Amino acid sequence: MSTHEISLTVDGTTEDLTVESRTLLVHALRDDLGYTAPNVGCESGKCGACTVEMDGDAVKSCTILAVQADGSDVTTAAGYADDGLDPVQRAFHDEHGLQCGYCTPGMLATTHQLLDENREPTRAEIRRALKGNVCRCTGYESIVDAVETAAERLRAADADGERPTGDGPADPPEPGAED
Amino acid sequence: MFPAEFDYERAASVSEALALLDEHADADVEILAGGHSLVPAMKNRGREPDVVVDLDVPALDAVNALDDRTVVGALTTYATLVDSGAVRSTVPLVAEAASEVGDTQIRNRGTIGGNLAAAHPGADLPAAVLASDATILLRNRDGKREVGATDFFRGDGETAVERGELLTGVRVPHADDGGFAYARKTHPATGYAMVGVAAVVETGGGGGGDDGSEGVVSSARVAATGAVDRAVRLPSVEDSLVDEPLDAATIDAAASEATDDIDTGRLRSDAHASGEFRGELLETYVGRALETAADRAAGDTPTA
Ligand SMILES: Cc1cc2nc3c(=O)[nH]c(=O)nc-3n(C[C@H](O)[C@H](O)[C@H](O)COP(=O)(O)OP(=O)(O)OC[C@H]3O[C@@H](n4cnc5c(N)ncnc54)[C@H](O)[C@@H]3O)c2cc1C
Ligand code: FES
Ligand code: FES
Repeated sequence: MSTHEISLTVDGTTEDLTVESRTLLVHALRDDLGYTAPNVGCESGKCGACTVEMDGDAVKSCTILAVQADGSDVTTAAGYADDGLDPVQRAFHDEHGLQCGYCTPGMLATTHQLLDENREPTRAEIRRALKGNVCRCTGYESIVDAVETAAERLRAADADGERPTGDGPADPPEPGAED
Repeated sequence: MFPAEFDYERAASVSEALALLDEHADADVEILAGGHSLVPAMKNRGREPDVVVDLDVPALDAVNALDDRTVVGALTTYATLVDSGAVRSTVPLVAEAASEVGDTQIRNRGTIGGNLAAAHPGADLPAAVLASDATILLRNRDGKREVGATDFFRGDGETAVERGELLTGVRVPHADDGGFAYARKTHPATGYAMVGVAAVVETGGGGGGDDGSEGVVSSARVAATGAVDRAVRLPSVEDSLVDEPLDAATIDAAASEATDDIDTGRLRSDAHASGEFRGELLETYVGRALETAADRAAGDTPTA
């Protein structure tokens, strides 16, 4: 059995660690590094609870070896929060897009990829994009509402040239602020 | 759930991968592409290889559209196939089949080469490469080898890929004017196709006119996945289309031949669908694929 020294960025922090070849990315994140946003649900690539963004792609971290993530940039659902909730997290909160919350970190990661690619998805497109994220609680309606609301707010912010904070009405951008 | 212990090797080029396969010729070796068949199989201990050779070869993640054919590298993901303008415009059937695979996350990781090599009986890409009359490109220590799609799939998980050999890409000829479609019924438990049908219908004669004189079929290729232990062409369906106008009567007649080439005893059966039911689904989905192909041939439906 081989072990490997890998280096990856998680939620903006560079992490160096040694993993067994068989270590799954989700276990490296949760158990070795303490990033507990991705949950372990089905363990078989079906439920999406373990979804994180890896180099901008939503991926199921239970079906990727940690060693395959060497050199990549991983964002977990917790990484979207800045000072407060980000617009997608805020929309899930406002629209009651969660009940127990087990599926939520995965929903957020897949939603981020969707909204990065398509700022104006239809409800059908939202459902199609979230096919790999199973929710046993909400019945999905409120999740689709949340994604629509997040998309609306992001479009409004795009139009204003602002970076939305998600925490209520956005403050006027500071001069010279990023984006 | 996690895999049994194994040694992991990363190959940055085709020659490095071949050298690693050679070096470990006596061991139980698995090639790792997107990992979305292999990692689940290793987690449930269906596969316990000694060595895993990870293909990290940028040159195999490429689409090359030429005048009459498009070459797709083995490591091209489904997401890339779906997003690639070159794939959509030259070999749209491949993009359409890729868009049906699994879900967003699976399409981000899984590769066309892995899909064909894994040869799951309900996988989507095998039907598309069969109906496209594609050629599978292989490399081994002695050089290159090519296998036509019709000779490639040998059974559940069995293909023409030999030990020590690498699938490097797929060469897909461009179809003549006409229509194409991939239609599938998703298996409720596995997410794979319960039955999927890919069709390419070329209409040489006549245009899709207002008078109903849809183009006459000059050639047709129709392939099914999910029905038996491997993806197969359906020659009786194809034959009944050729030289006929691509209209509802022709499509009905062709769909009724859906199981003619299949030994019904070979139809797959599981808790969700008996072989008999799969046979009926096959007829329905041959009809649906051909209807969409006909609409596209007549210019009524936008392409993928
Ligand atoms: C929940 C779930 C749902 C899915 N649903 C679908 C679906 O609807 N339709 C569908 O078609 N598939 C589906 N899949 C399978 C998925 O598409 C896989 O990605 C695919 O079958 C294998 O491709 P891969 O790149 O992931 O290959 P890997 O898993 O990395 O490899 C699979 C096997 O192929 C061999 N191999 C891979 N690449 C090469 C190569 N270049 N040369 C030689 N051998 C090679 C290896 O020996 C390996 O054992 C699903 C998977 C999951 C987990
Ligand atoms: S735990 Fe990864 S998909 Fe369910
Ligand atoms: S909120 Fe409980 S699983 Fe989705």
